Amino acid sequence: GKACLSRTEPKALDGRSGEEEAVSYQLYPGHIPTSPLQKVLLAAGSAAMALYDPYRHDMVAVLGETTGCLALPSLRDKMKHHPEGYRILQERPRIRLSTLDMARLRGLPPGSLGREYVRFLEDNKVSPDTRMPPKFVDDEELAYVIQRYREVHDLMHTLLGMPTNMLGEIVVKWFEAVQTGLPMCVLGGAFGPVHLSTRKLQVLATQLVPWAIRNGHNASCILNVYYEQRWEQPVESLREEIGILPPP
Amino acid sequence: VYQVFQSVAKKYDVMNDSMTLGIHRIWKDIFVRKMNPSPGTLLLDVAGGTGDIAFRFLSYVRSVRERQLQRKLRQQQNLSWQEISETYQEDKVKSLGDSRVVVCDINKEMLKVGKQKAQHLGYSEGLSWVLGDAEELPFDDAKFDVYTIAFGIRNVTRIDLALREAYRVLKPGGRFLCLEFSHINNPLLSRLYDLYSFQVIPVLGEIIAGDWKSYQYLVESIRRFPPQEELKAMIEDAGFFKVNYQNLNAGIVAIHSGFKL
Repeated sequence: GKACLSRTEPKALDGRSGEEEAVSYQLYPGHIPTSPLQKVLLAAGSAAMALYDPYRHDMVAVLGETTGCLALPSLRDKMKHHPEGYRILQERPRIRLSTLDMARLRGLPPGSLGREYVRFLEDNKVSPDTRMPPKFVDDEELAYVIQRYREVHDLMHTLLGMPTNMLGEIVVKWFEAVQTGLPMCVLGGAFGPVHLSTRKLQVLATQLVPWAIRNGHNASCILNVYYEQRWEQPVESLREEIGILPPP
Repeated sequence: VYQVFQSVAKKYDVMNDSMTLGIHRIWKDIFVRKMNPSPGTLLLDVAGGTGDIAFRFLSYVRSVRERQLQRKLRQQQNLSWQEISETYQEDKVKSLGDSRVVVCDINKEMLKVGKQKAQHLGYSEGLSWVLGDAEELPFDDAKFDVYTIAFGIRNVTRIDLALREAYRVLKPGGRFLCLEFSHINNPLLSRLYDLYSFQVIPVLGEIIAGDWKSYQYLVESIRRFPPQEELKAMIEDAGFFKVNYQNLNAGIVAIHSGFKL
């Protein structure tokens, strides 16, 4: 996806005079306008750093933003052409602790999406608020798309039944790679296993990854599901609806 | 500016090495060599946070001191064993020869990193760490032999105040030394330097320190800083004499020097 980096970019950013103009190019809060050269450097650097130090989640995020210029528009189009996805793009729902009614979700019957999602968050001790806001995406709507992708990630774990350990993350990455086409997911899925033991690698290669890929192809676009309106829906029925097969 | 350095403190040294490809070490070596301190010098290093200048100063005076002692010993070949051991005892205590450096910085985090580095590298004696503002130093008049500020003066809001404070705390005969990013005259080099600064440095900041904005600020502050001649004039305005400057790497960095007479 590097060929698309020759998109129109404010040339003024190369010189000193560009600094004042740079602020006026800020398309959304947190946006940092970058030149094509900077995007290439960021992509290469973040990929190297993410491999070197897998705890640098911000680097994975940066990699996703700088390499997603082909995948993100196509995702956005998929959303636009789907009634539920279209509504999501219009209403721009956000998944964060402040907007979720955790008490209500916890009170839902077991097996429902809301209950299982909360159970997943608590079991793995994660929170939806740790997702990085986008910085280097140069389109305000695409910035929302990638933000939505990040916030929906935990729901992916819930639907796939995968924990947040290294193995689980890689499996989800493969699923996301097929679903979204984001180069970052492909790279993450391909290089993530570098830190795993051979036994885990075997399980990964023979069972989990093929299953994840099959699911990725089989399932409808996961960004087109308005999760916030489906908390009461049983997970099983949602899985069936999307087309996710149970794990091996 | 304060917040920038709070977040920058821990990765400061790593970032310096990455941004300048390690050349900043050479610049600082040249700086201390130009200072040419003799044992017994009292140095005030302002904005000296992580201690780079202070440690070099201590190593320098220690090696000068060693050479002094060696020369002294050679001259004492004809003395009795008793006399030699007595002088050796008293000199041993003064391996630094009473040289001392006070590191002053406005930022607690930078000082903390500096103290840790000192411990790690084995610098213990002759060092003090003081929290203070370059525009209003917590020291009495005419206390120091040398005042240095390396890569710190561009972060001071009122440079003229900092220069006047420098003048105040120096003894008569004291020397002011400043190491700072400056301006390149050569247009081609200047273009290349701009390209590198604006395109690469914030990216390095994001990748290494997870902080684009601080390094963007850094690059911008370098551009806003007065060029060599202007800074020289400001130093003269503060009362210093025999002010001159030396460009390093075609003007990427400059050392300004002045004396209080």
